[in-house]
Amino acid sequence: MRDVERVVLILDVNGEARQLLVPSHKTLLEVLREDMQLTGTKHGCELGECGTCTVLIDGKPQLSCLLLPIQLEGRAITTIEGMANGSDLHPLQVAFAELGAAQCGYCTPGILLAARSLLEENPRPTRDEIREALAGNLCRCTGYTKILQAVELAAERLR
Amino acid sequence: MAAELGPRAMFVAGGTDLFPKLKRRQFEVDSLIGLDFLPRAIRNRSDECVIDAGVTLAHASHDPHLNERFSGYAQAAGHVSSPPLRNAGTIGGNLCVDTRCNYYDMTYEWRKAAGFCLKKDGDICLVAPSSPRCWAVSSSDTAPMAIALDGLVTLVGASGERELPVTALYRDDGDRYMAKQPDEVVTCLRLRRSLNTRSAYVKLRRRGSIDFPIAGAAVAVELDGDRVESCRIVLSAVASYPLEAKAAEEFLKGRRLQEDVIREAAEIASKPAKPLDNADLSHFWRKRMVRVVVEQALARVSDQQPGLDG
Amino acid sequence: MRVVGKPLPKVDAAAKVTGRALYADDIALPRTLHCKILRSPHPHARILSIDTAAAKRIPGVLAVITGLDLPIKFGILPVTQDERALEHEKVRYVGDPIAAVAATEEEIAAAACDAIEVEYEVLEPVMSIEAALQTPKDERIQDYGGPNNVHKLVALEFGDVEGGFSRADHVREDVFFFQGNTHLPMEQHSAIATYVDGKVTLWSSTQVVHYVHRALSKVLELPMHRIRVIGAAHGGGFGGKTDPFAHEIIVSKLAMITGRPVKCTLTREEVFYAHRGRHPVLMWVRTGVTRDGRITAMHFRSALDGGAYGSYGVASTFYTGALQTVTYDIPAYRFEGCRVFTNKPPCGPKRGHGTPQPRFALELHLEKIAHDIGLDPVELKRRNFVQPNTRTVNWLRVTSCGLEECTDRVINASRFHDRERRPGHGMGFAISSYLSGAGTAIYWNDMPHSEVQIKVDRGGVTAYCGAMEIGQGSDSVLATIVAEELGLQPSDIRLVTADTDTTPIDLGSYSSRVTFMAGNAALEAARKMRALLVEAVEASGRRIDDVTFEEASMLAEARFGTLTTAGSYTPPKIAGPYKGSGVGPSPAYSYSACVVDVDADARTGLIRVNKVWIAHDVGRAINPLLVEGQVEGSVYMGLGEALMEEQAFRKGLHKWPSMLEYKSPTFLDMPEIETFIVETIDPEGPYGAKEAGQGPLLPVPPAVCAAVHDALGVWIDEIPVTPEKVVEAVRRKEKGEPARYGPQRFPPIPYPPTIKVEPPPKDAAITAI
Repeated sequence: MRDVERVVLILDVNGEARQLLVPSHKTLLEVLREDMQLTGTKHGCELGECGTCTVLIDGKPQLSCLLLPIQLEGRAITTIEGMANGSDLHPLQVAFAELGAAQCGYCTPGILLAARSLLEENPRPTRDEIREALAGNLCRCTGYTKILQAVELAAERLR
Repeated sequence: MAAELGPRAMFVAGGTDLFPKLKRRQFEVDSLIGLDFLPRAIRNRSDECVIDAGVTLAHASHDPHLNERFSGYAQAAGHVSSPPLRNAGTIGGNLCVDTRCNYYDMTYEWRKAAGFCLKKDGDICLVAPSSPRCWAVSSSDTAPMAIALDGLVTLVGASGERELPVTALYRDDGDRYMAKQPDEVVTCLRLRRSLNTRSAYVKLRRRGSIDFPIAGAAVAVELDGDRVESCRIVLSAVASYPLEAKAAEEFLKGRRLQEDVIREAAEIASKPAKPLDNADLSHFWRKRMVRVVVEQALARVSDQQPGLDG
Repeated sequence: MRVVGKPLPKVDAAAKVTGRALYADDIALPRTLHCKILRSPHPHARILSIDTAAAKRIPGVLAVITGLDLPIKFGILPVTQDERALEHEKVRYVGDPIAAVAATEEEIAAAACDAIEVEYEVLEPVMSIEAALQTPKDERIQDYGGPNNVHKLVALEFGDVEGGFSRADHVREDVFFFQGNTHLPMEQHSAIATYVDGKVTLWSSTQVVHYVHRALSKVLELPMHRIRVIGAAHGGGFGGKTDPFAHEIIVSKLAMITGRPVKCTLTREEVFYAHRGRHPVLMWVRTGVTRDGRITAMHFRSALDGGAYGSYGVASTFYTGALQTVTYDIPAYRFEGCRVFTNKPPCGPKRGHGTPQPRFALELHLEKIAHDIGLDPVELKRRNFVQPNTRTVNWLRVTSCGLEECTDRVINASRFHDRERRPGHGMGFAISSYLSGAGTAIYWNDMPHSEVQIKVDRGGVTAYCGAMEIGQGSDSVLATIVAEELGLQPSDIRLVTADTDTTPIDLGSYSSRVTFMAGNAALEAARKMRALLVEAVEASGRRIDDVTFEEASMLAEARFGTLTTAGSYTPPKIAGPYKGSGVGPSPAYSYSACVVDVDADARTGLIRVNKVWIAHDVGRAINPLLVEGQVEGSVYMGLGEALMEEQAFRKGLHKWPSMLEYKSPTFLDMPEIETFIVETIDPEGPYGAKEAGQGPLLPVPPAVCAAVHDALGVWIDEIPVTPEKVVEAVRRKEKGEPARYGPQRFPPIPYPPTIKVEPPPKDAAITAI
């Protein structure tokens, strides 16, 4: 076994600066889940093909399975754990719960974050714009219908 | 730095192509050289546009100037993979994206079970076992468009800086598909066309998102009145490099972009395309679809008709 | 009703939208070891030797095990106990598990797997149904079953089939193929086990804690009370997590050896090998009809490509022949089924288990017959619809049936008969039916299929049930029913589910059984609890409506002591009097009807689905939001199967075990869906409810093919309908050949002598036999 090179990093995750000592080759997905116990970020393929592990980097959705933390110092990382404001759920979270947009819930964190990024940029998205924005996130349960409705409902409430 | 580290080092920009390949042990490296320090701006000038290699695909696809002046390029960038990937993937990375093959883009265990191929760890091409070369497919959406728009890339390496046409970046070899030196980095792309250039990119893939192209047509046309003064047609995903349809370009010169002409040009353009059985769907069908994507791209530059990808 | 029928959020919604729900891979226990499994690189080989010495020497490796450590065979069905957690004698598909490592780091475990030396004697693989019917070149895949590589053969005849054909004015034969596909849950299977004080505890992403419990007990040779299986939050099953899996047994064994927690999360590629997905099925069907379109007889043959092991395959085989009669009144019916072994990952139950394939064949076949005799396909089907409260020729009991209403809804809403006629545009119609739970258990027994306990203490209510929430709303249904009976809200009910130590048995989330069976058990338990509360309140001189729930519960606790009640559900004994009758009976059948609108391009073969209308007879929607979610998800999966999903093989290997190349529709590939809930208030379902999770998938593939025919005049008799097939069918049509793409022939199969079964008497009681 080669010696594993470790690096000291300070990551800004959900507004908290966290100092970490992690192997330099570990992905953000692994560091979030294994070193920071932020298991709300899920994984479906770990190869960038399913969107499940989506997090926000400076407000934009990216795939945490394809990011190295070493590249992310100084950037704002948002995970599903950072979406609610204290105990108050984000309007997207409320709408997803109300409309049954989460079935097994496994793709839900990634989709919620991608939707949040969309609504921050475009508060009045058309249904097709929502589809475009979420097209990197696969869901096998819902057929997407309830997700589209929930994003629309949240957008309306956020305006 | 890359020159010092040698072949066990690789550059990484967005990492969207590289990291999956590292995980599947298609690439094996000791060091990665991050390119995050490179600038990431789009500089518009009157007659050209210079895009730093670190500009993300999302940024390029939304840039108003690119959309107005080089709409085909913005379209191509906007059709790469999926939204989260485009937020990380860069235009430089997409120019250098590894060639693909469904015998090669597999995990180590799968490749071991299938028998390794000559692109990695083996000595034969599993798609064309009697051939001495690798037939992996060029799968960049933006490279064909950059070529069609007479793009120039700047390379910076240990021995200095040079600028060359995008087309000179590639070789007809699925294995060693890039003509640049390993220590050279693409630092920017320069697109230059006159004000009356029209361009379009039509991509064929199974799904509306995520998928790589299984055929594609990048077209840039300069019109003199209603006649074609010059044009470039470059195909994606039908060869190991972005394949220019030169005969079709010649054919179009001086003609009007009307339905029968477009159809004939597309027919000519599809001739050199030789898809093999190493990507999604059958190669017979993909070959047949080359004509369709070229037609749609030409129709789009003639009257802005939407193509397969809307 | 207070909460039944209301579109309330799922009771687990908050945990899921906040990322708080703990899935199996999220569970991190101190000192957890990582497990990796070495898998076969050959589709078919004898194992000559396995050398683990080098792997064991790697620092950080705590245990390496092989089949010698887990030699006892298991399998979901008692009749096919043919799997080992690790194979040490023979491998039967690429991906078959051979050895497993527990190490301190995942990478060390992977390196140790690499260091294991296995010597193989490679055998000729069998990769198709046709090949499996031939004499094997080297040796057969399994050492049991029928001739060559045949696993199971069945032949049944109900009523006078020859007589039926001779009465027909028109007889037609067709051959169809439904390609295999897989569940592709977003969550990769994961399991983590501990071994403490001589007791194994396993958390797993399973659909059925009870069957995992049984398999662990058998293979680990521990009594069931020394094993605890807990269903972790579940990231999608669709049938794919219904078998007990090797990795669940392996981590338990490794925990026993190392004394430390051991976790195994499959990679996405391994999920494709775990599979148990949709069987590829080749089908031949022959039907006679009268001039006015009434079916006189039907003969249906199926050949299932089962993959390397039994799994649910015997049941799957029967299912390809069982439910044809549940939608259409077929007076005489013959079914011959065959399952073969091939060197591929084993097939099993996927959403609709064994019935989407024959449904596809049947619906398209009737569509063609309608064209033959110049009848509107909708009308032809309608003329043959089964009626409520009847028994089918194969003895299946039909009670509530909303076929007519479902059909009316989608035909009217889509304006099917006034559809726009333009080139390349088409609409297709199909119907289906599915079980609300299998009427018989996987293993024969007389015990209930579901059990629920309720505990009330000073205002608090807890319901205990072995049922497993897999995203479909199992927990919500339990909470809603208990809340309804006790006058509370679903969010007031605390739930303890899917934990073999603390919850009474439920057979789990498969065969669309939870709402019907666990629902009925919950209803019984809740009604008993309500009776206790009423009795205590009335004894105090007041009425139940005049006191709060807290008051009522305290009065009852004072009067009776600890407040617990229990309910259970055992399906009625309604199976017919013949061998094989156990597959098909259900206490109730759901019904669906669907219209698909497409634009198809003759030149490119590309199909765009514009819209899907679907109506589903769910009996009663206990929560309409969840019913719609199940229906929409079924349509999604049906469209994926119809158009792109394909478990294909090349050179003995899975062609594309990745989420990039195995095509699952994205947001941009899904049309608008208009869903209609039809309520027929089933006499035996809880509040009249039936299933919703599987049935609505079934009509989608045939409706797509009917729509493509409507658009282009070509039949695509093979799923998935890829553009290359459409283009080829159009080419044939233009050349004057049969305008069709699909299998040419059905191979000769050595079916056994047909067992002739008398149909039930016309006036057979429908309640029980």
